[in-house]
Order: sequence, then structure tokens, then C-alpha cells
Amino acid sequence: MSKKGLFINYEMCFGCHSCEMACSQEHKLPAGEFGIKLTQYGPHKNVKGDWEYTFVPVPTQLCDLCGSRTATGKLPACVHHCESECMEYGDIAELAKLLEEQPKSVLFSL
Amino acid sequence: MVTDHNLDELYHKGELTWQDGEYTVERGFQWTPPGCHNSCGMLYYMKDGKLDHAEGDPCFPYNNGRLCARCLNLEEAAYQEGRLKYPMKRDPKDRGDVSKFERITWDEALALIEKNLDEVTEKYGRASVFGLVGTGRNICWQVPWIVNNAFKSPNVFCALFSGDSCAVPRTAATAAMTGAYPVPDMGQFNEARYDYPDFQFPGTILIWGANPLKSNADCFQGYWITDCMKKGGSKLVVIDPMINWMSARAEVQIQIRPGTDCAVALAMNHVIIEEDLYDHDFVDCWTYGFDEFAEHVKDWTPERAAEIAWCDPDDIRKAARLIATNGPCAAPFGVSNDQKRNGVSAYHAIFNMMAITGNYDNPGGNILAYDPWGTVMSYIAGWDEGVLTPEMKAERLGDKEFPLHSVGFSALGQPDVLLHALETGEPRPMKMCFMMGTNPITNMAPDAPRAYKALMTLDFTIVCDYRMTPTIAGLADLVLPISFNWERNTLRLWFTPVRASRKISQYYECKSDEEIVVMLGRRFNPEFFDKIGVHTDIDMLDYIVKSAPNATESFDQLLNKDMYCWPDRPYYQYKTGGLRADGQPGFQTPTGRIELWVSMFANLGLDPLPNYEEPTESPVSTPELYKEYPLVLTTGARNFEFFHSEQREQPHMRATYPWPRVRINVEDAKELGIQDGEWVWIEGTRGRCQQKALVTEGIMKGVVEADHGWWFPERDGNAPSLYGVFESNINNLTPNGNPGPYSFGADFRSVLCKIYKCTPENSEILPGVQTVEKGGFHEPDYGDIISMYYGHDAK
Ligand code: SF4
Ligand code: SF4
Ligand code: SF4
Repeated sequence: MSKKGLFINYEMCFGCHSCEMACSQEHKLPAGEFGIKLTQYGPHKNVKGDWEYTFVPVPTQLCDLCGSRTATGKLPACVHHCESECMEYGDIAELAKLLEEQPKSVLFSL
Repeated sequence: MVTDHNLDELYHKGELTWQDGEYTVERGFQWTPPGCHNSCGMLYYMKDGKLDHAEGDPCFPYNNGRLCARCLNLEEAAYQEGRLKYPMKRDPKDRGDVSKFERITWDEALALIEKNLDEVTEKYGRASVFGLVGTGRNICWQVPWIVNNAFKSPNVFCALFSGDSCAVPRTAATAAMTGAYPVPDMGQFNEARYDYPDFQFPGTILIWGANPLKSNADCFQGYWITDCMKKGGSKLVVIDPMINWMSARAEVQIQIRPGTDCAVALAMNHVIIEEDLYDHDFVDCWTYGFDEFAEHVKDWTPERAAEIAWCDPDDIRKAARLIATNGPCAAPFGVSNDQKRNGVSAYHAIFNMMAITGNYDNPGGNILAYDPWGTVMSYIAGWDEGVLTPEMKAERLGDKEFPLHSVGFSALGQPDVLLHALETGEPRPMKMCFMMGTNPITNMAPDAPRAYKALMTLDFTIVCDYRMTPTIAGLADLVLPISFNWERNTLRLWFTPVRASRKISQYYECKSDEEIVVMLGRRFNPEFFDKIGVHTDIDMLDYIVKSAPNATESFDQLLNKDMYCWPDRPYYQYKTGGLRADGQPGFQTPTGRIELWVSMFANLGLDPLPNYEEPTESPVSTPELYKEYPLVLTTGARNFEFFHSEQREQPHMRATYPWPRVRINVEDAKELGIQDGEWVWIEGTRGRCQQKALVTEGIMKGVVEADHGWWFPERDGNAPSLYGVFESNINNLTPNGNPGPYSFGADFRSVLCKIYKCTPENSEILPGVQTVEKGGFHEPDYGDIISMYYGHDAK
């Protein structure tokens, strides 16, 4: 089986925390523990005069790519619930193509 | 999607319930509680009769699987410490002492209500019994039903909510102009959504004083904006004193001084007319009063508005041009203009702009969503039928004082008049209160310390809620425990689609709001409830479904088979007669056109055109005060973790949003010597509160924005703390008793303040002690309208 990963378009992630909470709920994590954690840059007006305001959620060591969910054909809890639909789960090789199609995106290999 | 999933099969599309391993999965729609304006498709994963967790329903096109953090934490919400399990009573002399609540039975609760109803009626008349309702979610129509049809009083109010400052000012403007309620079209009016054949993505989305990504207003999911950006290339215009995520991606973003919105909107209209960018066909065929309006905005140059609003006139031009020339423009609801005395006029100007650019009932524009959708009926107003006679209605507070109320622009009483009545006994003593779905001293009532004092004058207060709150701790004499969403049979008949949700669990002795309607109705007005054949919650909901203009099924069919009903809704109904009661083309207004010059306002002696007025307190209207309070304060911005005062008890929410925060510009903070993250006092002319400073570039200089709705379930529930409800309460600073000239809208979002660090010396008397033990911050005062009517000196 090819290696799976998480793709995130950080131009469209608007920081809703749903990935964090979906993960906490799925794995019954106590408050303050995260399987994926939002990071934030901005709001900041950069030297060119443009506004920077970017979120990137970063999977933690607790992320197991929702192995037991995905085994039944379901999407990982975070991908299922992502409000901006900016997360994808799949084969890393396939997701890598998305990186080319969608600038301002990242691929997490776990 | 990279992975190919057959979601319909995996998630049993069309089925009510199925087994998934150890869980029974139940399909439903979450609405309230916990509260929300929307109602997303849910899969409740149940184990041993209890909710284990919930997921979004990928088969329901409204949210197609997506959920907010709040609905991903329902297990913690429902089975928390502090959830109410049984009816409880407390002697009114023990208000403020949470240890004095005593468990009783529902029968005892009913007997207690009856005793107090009788006593108050005997002494003061039945109209001195009143209801308080909170913001719009699945606990609105129930309160008028109980108060009007069970208690037979005409008096229900938004809970001491000065100027009915949410949705009603906007509705007043748009109903007078268009006879309807415009909702931005993002395909939600048809089940095929973005694939509906006539649907078109908005060219421009105008986001004014709002963050819909967080607020999810009525019939509108915020993330539909990101859908439209991604799938349809929609461009954004964002008007906001703060920089939000959308501002940073907007084609045009303008930061304006809070309260100056009407001036900016008038200037945009000026540009569109002056540069001949308006839709001549639509204006000629479908609007009324264009010449008067064009003349009116002639002097409203971008330069004039920009000086008032502290912004760049060229940005106003750019925004206006984009709105007028980039295809359809959708304008999502934002509450901030409702919370200004000048709000009705601000909306009037914004929606006139939508009219002269032809953006009504067009794909990707703004759908005129009521009344064919039964919105009013199923929301706050209750029903026309019912037991109220004209004589009973004549005792509703506010109709005499405010002409828009007298002609039925709100079926509720006017909250500023209620405050006056509680404080002075005029126009009548108000003595017994029934609250359902509201926590006014924490959230809805501006000048919260004053609201607390006013509500303490009551003889008897009933509060229905699902958990212990500051309002219960401080004010309740009888508490009734409420079921969660999945513990009630319920119906969403409020915009589209119609949705029904089944009761799948029971929590101790909780009852649903519908069950309480029927219980009180059958006890206090059995004749009426017999007449309409209502004996159970199901009967009640069946009665409602059958009275609705658009739904044809029985409630049983909806609840146990179809689950939802999403009738087709074609565009351009003003051409086909779908918007008027008489079936003629046009709009439901006296002229049949969209009235840019509003004849109804003129007939009632109100301004028929939108005029800009400075807020009551502002750098311009009160320059002396501004020297002492040099920052403009706005409040009420939403966040992902909390719905108003809810969720503060949930550790998972507090993990990402632990404390109340006031946003202050980096330069202002530097001048004041304030560091990021430190506790500061925010002080205005009426009172003060403490929040943590969030020093940010994301707010304009000279303006601060402070959180609302904060209390601390972890702190002492007894008076004077009442769970710390007054300590960080921004409503210690907001005004009450001073609504705008149309009676709708009050200055929640534009008052003056100063900010300074908290020190032990300046923190000896905390707001809770000031409020509960020292009589509050100030004596009651009233704005011009209430003062004129009741003979006080205006402030
Ligand atoms: S894939 Fe699963 S475990 Fe990993 S972050 Fe998402 S929800 Fe958490
Ligand atoms: S759920 Fe999606 S949009 Fe929300 S924070 Fe996570 S990645 Fe961003
Ligand atoms: S809180 Fe969010 S997910 Fe829940 S019903 Fe409201 S909009 Fe839907």
C-alpha cells in the first residue's frame, strides 16, 4: 500500500479550528492536547503593503492519519469536517500533483 | 477529491438510522441547544442511549459533512457539570445564593407558576406578566406562544435588548424598501446548490461589518464564501474596522470608524450614480424614488465620507465600481449595523445600492426570502391566530411610543420601554418574567449592571435553560431544565429547507421547549389548545407544519420519512408574481417597486431617505468627552469557539480561547504602555470592565474591539460574583434606553472609552461588587425618544 499523507491549501484555510476539534473528538483527546494544531501568521501589513493573514494546521505526533476510520473507507475526521474544504487525504504521490495545481499548499508526510 | 469515496452508501443516504459498529447512528439536524442560527445536517453516534460524538452529514447539501468546532464538541456540551437535571425553586429573597435552589417536581413547578400568575394578575393585570427571548435560533416562537397563548399577555421582548439591535433594524429597512428580507444567494435556495441550472456565483461578495466565516447568520453558512471564491472566483469587498481573514484576500478592503457606515454607503451610491454605473433597466422598471435618492447622494462625495469615516476616498470609489460592474453582488448579513442608532439608515443606503445595481432575486445576488417561506411566522413573531384580542394587544409596551411598532413592524414589545417600566413603573408595573433561551445579564442586555438592577425588581422570575448561568444564579426563582437538540422532537421552518429532528435521547427530567409550550398551554389555556387539537409536542409541530405556506406534508411524514423538504425556488420572482400577496409582478410595497424613497417611513413621519447621523458619543458629536475617552469602542465580533455566552464551560473551547480579549492597535498600545496579553481596564462613561489586551495590527488606530458574552463558570456562582459575570462584561459600557429614531438599533458598537493597565490599586472595587453591593455604576437615564415620551430630561 502506498504511503498516505495530508494535503492542506493554506491560502484557503481560515483558521476555524474544526480540524483540531474533529481530531480531539475522534481520538478523545483531553482539552489542550492536539493531533493537529493551528499556527497563525498575521494580521500583518508586510513591507510591500499587503496584508498577511495565514493559518496552517500542523499534525502532531498524536496524528495517526485516522487509521481506524480510513480502514472503513471514511475520511480522516479533520478532512471530513474541514470548513473550507482545503484538506485532502490520500496517496502521497497523488497529493503531490495537487501541490502543483494549487499554489500556497503543503503536503504532510507522517 | 483525491480519494474516491462513495459517501452516499457509506453514510446511508435517505435512512434515518443504522448501526455502525458499537454505535447507533441517528440522522438529524443540530439547531438548539447549543445555539446557532443555522441547522446543519448531523449524524449522532449514540451508545447506550447517550451521545458519544457527532459528525457532519456528508449527504446533506447544506453543510455536506462540514461542522464547526462547537458541533464537534457536543458530548462535552451535553454531559458537563452544571447541566440542569430537574426543576428547581428558590425563595426570591435568596436570589444570588446558588446553594438555596431546591429540587422540585414538574407538578410543583406548575403549581408555583399558577400561584404567581394569579397573584400578579390580581394585583397588576395579566399584561404585567412578560416573556424574554434571546437571539434567533430554535427558541424563539416558543416564548410568544407561551406568553400570549398560555399566559394571555401580549408582552414579549428581546431581553432588555435596546433597540432590538439584531436583524430587526435590517429587516425594518429592507421590509419597508422591498417588502422582504434579502439573503445572499449562494445556491442555498435549491437542493442542487451550486449545480442548480440557473445558479451563478456572485461576482462580488460585499462583507460589511461582519465575519460570516464565524457568525453563520440566518440561512447562510460562512464557508459558502470560500466555496464561491474557490469554485466561482468571487471577489471580496470588506468594510470593517478590523482586518479579518477575508480582508487580507479582498479586492478592496476599507477600515472605517465604527458607526460611520451610512456615510460610506451613501458615498458608494454617489459614485455609482455619478459614474453612471447603475442598472438603468432595473431602476426604471422596478424602483421608486430614484431621482430623489440621486439628488440626496449628490453631496455625498467619497471625500466627504472618507473624512468622517477615517478612510481613503479612492478605496470607496474602487469598492463602488467593483460592486456595480463585476456581475452579481451578494451582501451577507452582518449584525454590526443593527447595533447602531443610525443602523436602519445604514442598511437603507446599502440595500439601495443593491437595488440600483439590480441585485435582487438574481442568481448570485440577493434572494428575497420572505414571506413565502414562512420566516416570520416560525421565527420570533408567533402567529396571527392565537388568543390575543385587539384590547389585549393594546397593552403591549412600545406600540404607542414607536410608530413602526404600532404598524406591526415587530410583534414583540419594545425593550427600552420595558426597561423604563421596570425602573419607574410607567407605563405599567411589570412583575413576572418568563425567560427562555436567554441569559441577558451575560450577553444580550446593554448596560448589564442596570439590567440586573431592573430585573431584581420582579416579584417572580422563571428561567428555562440547559445549564446554570449567571442569570439563573442571580435572578431566577424557578428554573426549568431544557433538553438538548437531540433530546427533542423539533422543526426548523425558518428559511429553507424545512427540517425535522427526532428525539433520540432523554436527559434526567429535562423537557423540550415544545413540550413546555404544550404543558403550560394545556394547563393555563386548555380551551385554546383543545381548539387547535394540540395535546403533545408532535401535535404542536404538526399544527405548525400544516399552517406553513410552503410545506405540504404532515409533521410525521417529515420527521419519520423525508427529514427535510427543499422546494424548488426559481429566480426573478418579482417578474412572476411570487413576491406579492396578490400574485402580481413586483414587490410587496405600496408602490409595488423597491422604494429607494420609502413611502411607509414618510407616512409615519420618519425619514424616507437614509441620512447619516453621528453616534450619540463620538469624536465628532462629543469632542469634550473624547478628550477623556480617546478610543472608539466596538464589540460583539464573533469567534469560532463560542456562540455568544455559550461554551465558556467547555475546556476544549477554553484551550484555544482562554480569556476575554480587547483588540488594540500596536501604536495605541505603545502610547499607552500596554503589553500584549496583560489585563487592562476598559472604561467608558457608564462603567468599566477587565479584559486581556490583544495588541494587533489588525484593528485601525484609535479603535478598540472588545469581546462580549464572557462569564467564568469556574468562578464563584454566588453574588456578588455570579460566576464573574460583571468583571469582564463589555456591556458595563454599552448604553441602554437610547434607541435610534426608527426605534430599532442602538449604539452598542460605537461608544467612547479609555484603556489602562489593571493594578492592585485601581482594582479594589470590582464591577461585580459595584453592581450587586453598591447599587451599580450610575443612575438610570434615557435617550431623546423615551425622555420625550415620559417627560425626563434627555441625556
Ligand atoms: S488525520 Fe486523524 S489523527 Fe491526523 S490530524 Fe486528522 S483527525 Fe487527527
Ligand atoms: S478545518 Fe480546514 S479551514 Fe478549518 S482550521 Fe482546519 S484546515 Fe483550516
Ligand atoms: S454551530 Fe456550526 S456546525 Fe453547528 S449547526 Fe451551527 S453552523 Fe452548523
